[in-house]
Amino acid sequence: MKLKGAEILLKALAEEGVDTIFGYPGGVVLDIYDEIYKTQFKHILVRHEQAAAHAADGYARASGNVGVCLVTSGPGATNTVTGIVTAYMDSIPIVVFTGQVPTALIGSDAFQEADITGITRPCTKHNFIVRKVEDLARTVKEALFIARSGRPGPVLVDLPKDVSQAETEYQESGPLKSAYHDPIYIPNLEALNETLQMIKQAKKPVIMVGGGVILGKASDELRKFVDKVQIPVTHTLMGIGAFPGTDSLSLGMPGMHGTYYANMAITHCDLLLTIGARFDDRVTGKLDEFAPNAKIIHIDIDAASINKNVLVDLPIISDSRSALQQLNKMLHQNHFTIPEDDRRKWLEQIRQWKEYAPLSYHREGEKIKPQYVIEMLYKLTKGDAIITTEVGQNQMWAAQFYLFNQPNTFLSSGGLGTMGYGFPAAIGAQVARPDKTVIDIAGDGSIQMNIQELATVVNYNIPVKVAILNNGFLGMVRQWQEIFYGERYSHTNISQIPDFVRLAEAYGAVGLRATKPEEVIPLIEEALNIPGPVVMDFAVDPQEGVYPMVKPGSPISDMDLGK
Amino acid sequence: MEVKKHTIQLVVNNKPDVLARIAGTFSGRGFNIESITANITMNPDVTKINIVTTGDSRTATKIQNQLKKLVDVLQVSHVRETKYGQREMALIRIKLTQETKEEVEKAIEELNCRVITKKSDSCTVEVTGTGNEIDQALTRFGPLGLEDMSRSGIVAL
Repeated sequence: MKLKGAEILLKALAEEGVDTIFGYPGGVVLDIYDEIYKTQFKHILVRHEQAAAHAADGYARASGNVGVCLVTSGPGATNTVTGIVTAYMDSIPIVVFTGQVPTALIGSDAFQEADITGITRPCTKHNFIVRKVEDLARTVKEALFIARSGRPGPVLVDLPKDVSQAETEYQESGPLKSAYHDPIYIPNLEALNETLQMIKQAKKPVIMVGGGVILGKASDELRKFVDKVQIPVTHTLMGIGAFPGTDSLSLGMPGMHGTYYANMAITHCDLLLTIGARFDDRVTGKLDEFAPNAKIIHIDIDAASINKNVLVDLPIISDSRSALQQLNKMLHQNHFTIPEDDRRKWLEQIRQWKEYAPLSYHREGEKIKPQYVIEMLYKLTKGDAIITTEVGQNQMWAAQFYLFNQPNTFLSSGGLGTMGYGFPAAIGAQVARPDKTVIDIAGDGSIQMNIQELATVVNYNIPVKVAILNNGFLGMVRQWQEIFYGERYSHTNISQIPDFVRLAEAYGAVGLRATKPEEVIPLIEEALNIPGPVVMDFAVDPQEGVYPMVKPGSPISDMDLGK
Repeated sequence: MEVKKHTIQLVVNNKPDVLARIAGTFSGRGFNIESITANITMNPDVTKINIVTTGDSRTATKIQNQLKKLVDVLQVSHVRETKYGQREMALIRIKLTQETKEEVEKAIEELNCRVITKKSDSCTVEVTGTGNEIDQALTRFGPLGLEDMSRSGIVAL
């Protein structure tokens, strides 16, 4: 039977298990939208294409599956670029379908034409332009395969209008066998054996985990492993939730706004076992003084991440789960025992660091402290919510003061640092996990970058809660101006902001405001009891900074613990 | 670490945008392309590309690891000079005068050049050899009146 390109697209997606599309229509994707209408394919209409890409990203992070979005050509396509780079930097599997002008017009500067495959070549894992309808089904499947295999990432598929209109025979191709990037990685057993030997010999070992443990669905194996070897674990921003934040062996996050004890542990350790993390500059600080006494083992799925920033002693190319599974098997077979005396001393040292400089802030005063809001969100959701963040102070406070025990529950733009990410990502997460409470922790600056999505959440009654830490400033930039630029607050005062409560109401959502500390708990309780979308506007202390802090270029042991 | 030239050979899918992906990987990651050649192979579906880049050996490894991630790149290898040989070709146009004519002819013979065209006031010759041999030829012809030249970039096996 002959099918139209538009029908083939939806059929191939359905065969791959895709049941939700985030999107925004336009001229060259009309045929696809007509098919969505006819088949009642689940489609969430956003209000800006950037939000479609972020929502697909949030969907992917919360579900562990590929997120899909669909937009039109030209500006529709270019509006997704920030979302694509965000996903690229954090290795998130999304597939972006963009409309394109008819093949005969490509290159003629036609209306709403943009060379989107050219534009996104450096920021996608791969991209395609489909020039013949016969290639469409296979390309859709390849795109999904590439997005989720190996080190995941965004893939873009450009669909000229005539391709979605043309007809061809449809053949079910079944699961795709691609020659590309074999996703099966068998870790080198000798290297894993050596890893265990090094762990046995180490007196002060630390494990550092990153987003690769979450992407590799290896959290359970990690817990088993740590349980056995009793090594303290620090997690990068992307690794939040990979290891329980409430576990006594958790060191929290390292790096620029990490914990004192994570940074001290890394600086003094004699073995750093790194799994699925890429030694970002925000984690390492001054490279020469990062883990200066340690032998470094690096397990990563991407060979290009190994020895890129930090030279390691033992590289192991593997996905995190295969490696940890194998390590656990070996531990079991070898009757591994930990050197108890050494370990007791090391954990005692860490306990002292934790006691010396725990994460804290000044709780007194008449103003609401932003950290207090996060703590109360944590308490009142019993630590069981999916939290998305925007970027800046809100993001760091969320990472510091909300403790995550489960993977796929902290969604944040780590690599690119995209303001405007959190709200649409929360929409994607809520669509993927309707059973969960989803909260976007935002600032008054970043929420305005995708605030139009209030229409989307009201439209579909997506019960996302937005907590705005409203300090009237671009807070993180202000903090840098305070510390490094002589308190010259150049263009960071944004106190000319809308009344977020009335704005929420104008969109048809509920808006709530707290201006005093004692109002915080009742407000959060009220918001959590409302079955629809809520905007919580917290007027917080504008003087509050994110601490501890390592100055850029300094070693991570050199921390400013705050006022 | 020692900075030197590295020849990286790629076998890639024969698609129109594959060269852009490779060039983009170099520019986006701050690597340098010194020369590049691309041509068909015995299999019409794939193309062989030779790239000469400069850097220390760690950089060369980084480049290869990044190139391996491209979906249309099927094979990446670091071609050692001694293995099966690397050749490059150059076309060189030299000015001829009464004074230089004899010296030019001597050089053509000694350097094993092939004369492609010859006019009364200039000649064009072809030199084939390793990159070093081409450099030597250019040094030799330079003071004799080198008018123009074009190098092919390295091909390697």
